[in-house]
Amino acid sequence: MKIVNVTHGSFYAIGAYAAASLTAAWLARGYPPMLSYVVLVVAAIVVAAPFALFIERAILRYLYARDEVVILLATYALFLILEDVVKLIWGVNPYYIAQPYALLGSFQVAGMAYPTYNLVLVAAAIFFGGGLAWLLHGTRAGKLLVAVIHDPEVSRAMGVNVGRYYLATFVLGSLLAALAGAFTAPTVSVVPGLGVEVIVLSFAVVVIGGLGSLPGAALGAVIVGVVRSLSVHYLPQVELFVIYFVMAAVLALRPRGLFSLAEPRKI
Amino acid sequence: MRKLLVALAALLLAPGAFAQNVKIGIVAFISGPGAAPFGVPAKNAADFVVDELNAGKVPAPYGKKGFGGATLETVIVDEAGTTTTQVTEFRNLVQKHNVDLVIGYISSGNCLAIAPVAEELKKFTNFFDCGTPRIFEDASYKYVFRTSSTATKDSVGAALYVTDVKQNIKSIAGLNQNYAWGQDSWGDFELAMKVLMPNIEVKTSQMPKLFAGQYNAEISALLSAGADVIHSSFWDGDLEALILQGGPRGLMQKSMTILTAGETVMHKLGNQIPDGTVLGARGPFGPYAPNNRYNQWFAQGFEKRFSAPPNYASYQMAQAILGVKLAWEKAQDAANGKRPTNEQLGAALENMTYEGPGGTVRMALGKGHQAIMETAYGTTKLVNGKLTLVNVKRYPAEKVNPPEGIKSADWIKSGFKPK
Repeated sequence: MKIVNVTHGSFYAIGAYAAASLTAAWLARGYPPMLSYVVLVVAAIVVAAPFALFIERAILRYLYARDEVVILLATYALFLILEDVVKLIWGVNPYYIAQPYALLGSFQVAGMAYPTYNLVLVAAAIFFGGGLAWLLHGTRAGKLLVAVIHDPEVSRAMGVNVGRYYLATFVLGSLLAALAGAFTAPTVSVVPGLGVEVIVLSFAVVVIGGLGSLPGAALGAVIVGVVRSLSVHYLPQVELFVIYFVMAAVLALRPRGLFSLAEPRKI
Repeated sequence: MRKLLVALAALLLAPGAFAQNVKIGIVAFISGPGAAPFGVPAKNAADFVVDELNAGKVPAPYGKKGFGGATLETVIVDEAGTTTTQVTEFRNLVQKHNVDLVIGYISSGNCLAIAPVAEELKKFTNFFDCGTPRIFEDASYKYVFRTSSTATKDSVGAALYVTDVKQNIKSIAGLNQNYAWGQDSWGDFELAMKVLMPNIEVKTSQMPKLFAGQYNAEISALLSAGADVIHSSFWDGDLEALILQGGPRGLMQKSMTILTAGETVMHKLGNQIPDGTVLGARGPFGPYAPNNRYNQWFAQGFEKRFSAPPNYASYQMAQAILGVKLAWEKAQDAANGKRPTNEQLGAALENMTYEGPGGTVRMALGKGHQAIMETAYGTTKLVNGKLTLVNVKRYPAEKVNPPEGIKSADWIKSGFKPK
């Protein structure tokens, strides 16, 4: 959609809060703990979907014709508003749900324990990343979406309902962000400002990978994760700086990111 | 009728009768990450203590209503925002709200910024929570006080505790937030451990940014380092995240982990905190508070009103107000019942010793402006599914605080020598 959507951070936080509060309520009532994973997913989708629909229909659809910078500023403004909406709904006290994190046990690697839930997160990331790639490149709707992103005007002339594609894409993207928050919720204390942390890191990931590239985002995420972990282990003093150093280095060598797409020239 | 008029005149002329209210500016985090663990419990404590004082329900010598008979009223200010905002808010409290005195501040950065402004405006100000020792070590003030002790006590107490309860410590590691509190806490702990055990090895010092939330990489680094003791001054969501992420990975089982601010989450996380974790409460507060009549009054009344036990921030706010009350009444008595000036109030609090819900508070440092208190640490143990603290050790104030006139770091380096 050629939108640098800062509200993704808000949807991540909304997903985490919805999952933490509703899963905690589920467990408090003595319902089966194994089903809490389903509650995590359902809670994030049910709570985040109305927000996504409202934002796209009430605000963003009027801005698509504007410059990309205007849309970036609008999503940033929405991000700030949603930060306060989250505080209004859930308050400022931290939420936590530890059970789903510990429920699956742990496994040993080189004498160190790792929670099995972390493996589930890796599997979920691969599943959703692969699913998204298949959706974009393996289905008719995905191919039409690529066409809409490339040239909405011609797509409209060819009979594609561009508005519907924009809506579906924005809602799907927002729900993926909410799901990411929901899956992360059991591993952290859900506190105000959660969205800020993730959006800064996500920005580094997509800039390293190349804006608009799915393989680039995947590689960028791996690079950020591995570089940060190596720094934590071997040179913790530079941990705060190392991700931005990598980002700067990549941009110096490849200004559009590692997997930047060739820009087709419009005539 | 004549008798009635005489009685009315006598009542009006009686000291304290119809006295002007005492307006207190209370500053604490009401929003933001510092609100839940510190600000709101402290504000609740202020509400509770002020109401109890106005009703004359506090045990002696705090039994007189309000401050010397004058009713207390508060102006609450949110500490969230930049240091510049806090300086502006402080000026507003003094010049717009005309408060008689200010009690507040959790952030060390805010305390450092407010102290010279309080001095400039000649406004009596009592810091109730912030921990940096630099306030009275780097400067001298007439109107500024702190009725809680500094962070040095927490780090030195932590070092003493781990060396007391664990044999053959060969290595330590740290996980602290990358800002003044985390750096100072780790710095003092590392220094104290090196003094106590000169051959100690520092395996790793992790300093993730404040509110990073995800600590799996740091936990892996700590697990692979395999230090005998891990020190952390984490608080709020970061502390909860560390316990939630480190617990299932056996971090607290592999290394003795000391959490200097752990008390703030012990009621919330309860049995999520692994056995063998060492918890601090920044002094003799909460589970470490003495069983004196002030603590009985405060802890029971607070829990009844707010349906939650008071944490260390609540205790520090309570003892801050009670200390100022005693000083106010002492100054009022010295002024033959007249309302004390800020100068008289300050002179009365200087070098004062008093009892509060956390025990004895002695204004012994900073030319009588800085309090010292004992401290305590204990180790968690689940008993019938309930979190308890065992192996509790208390350290007298003189053992964990520097003597007057010596900076904390110099005192630790000297091997904790008395002056």
